[in-house]
Amino acid sequence: MKKIAYLFVGILFGIGMFKSGASSWFRIYEMFQFDSFHMYGIMGTALTLAVLATQIIKRKKSNDFSGNPIVFTPKEKSVPRYLIGGIFFGLGWALGGACPGPMFALLGAGFYPIILAIIGALLGTWFYGLVKKWLPH
Amino acid sequence: MHWIYEPWPWYVGGIFIATTLVLLLFMGKTFGFSSNLRTMCSMMGAGKTCDFFCFNWKAQTWNLLFLVGTILGGWIAYYFLSVDAAAIPLGENTIQKLSELGFESAGKAYVPTELFGEEAFSSIKTILLLLVAGFFVGFGSRYAGGCTSGHAITGLSNFQLPSLIAVVGFFIGGLIMVHLIFPLLF
Repeated sequence: MKKIAYLFVGILFGIGMFKSGASSWFRIYEMFQFDSFHMYGIMGTALTLAVLATQIIKRKKSNDFSGNPIVFTPKEKSVPRYLIGGIFFGLGWALGGACPGPMFALLGAGFYPIILAIIGALLGTWFYGLVKKWLPH
Repeated sequence: MHWIYEPWPWYVGGIFIATTLVLLLFMGKTFGFSSNLRTMCSMMGAGKTCDFFCFNWKAQTWNLLFLVGTILGGWIAYYFLSVDAAAIPLGENTIQKLSELGFESAGKAYVPTELFGEEAFSSIKTILLLLVAGFFVGFGSRYAGGCTSGHAITGLSNFQLPSLIAVVGFFIGGLIMVHLIFPLLF
């Protein structure tokens, strides 16, 4: 039952990504051209609501549906890791017009060449694992 | 109800993303899509090549189900909740800029048919572009410890400085690609 719930949340996310245009290559291009408010609006709305929800959960020390406390794990401090990794991500995000979530929403919508980007993403992830110890973190 | 078939306004998209984050938090999980890529590498046996992929990936089954849901969501959105090939309305100047780069499908399609049409598989250039784009996304998100969902939404909503640095990186990379590299590629 619980497993179906994850599937359901994924469906909601996939519909939201696709219908809002967040999985459109055009919207990503437009965002990096500063030609439209659309993507900034999506992220701004998502972030504003998510900040509110996160702060309320923390203040009220809310529990999840199973009764366990909701914990937020702080990310380890580093600059090169996030900056260099982030730049690589941005290069790919703008070129393919899709980040990992939208890639799979596009696959479902039947834009099959996105499979190439998904294969690339798996290869890139694997390559990171291979060279991790030589990279500045 | 006809609005449902039109492209949705930005605030609806934002509400869907925030709802996803909140639901996952209350289900005892954290919203981060790119960890699925690592899980999939492990499932396919990448653990034989390096330790990074040696972890109990079965504990990530929930996230893989979330991924399957995302695929289904894209399918439902395109086939049952869209009309006119889900064309994205773009501003005149964007259409102009894209047409100068050779993208004639701007304003008429959801994604450029030049990159995502059936003929993409018969163009070596397109195949390479999509593979490289994916490679950078996969490598970059693992190196940076997260993608747009993990950093720009989850991390920033908890005021995490590392996530802000990562998002700044996303934008530096994206701006370099669109403004400096696109004119060389297209």
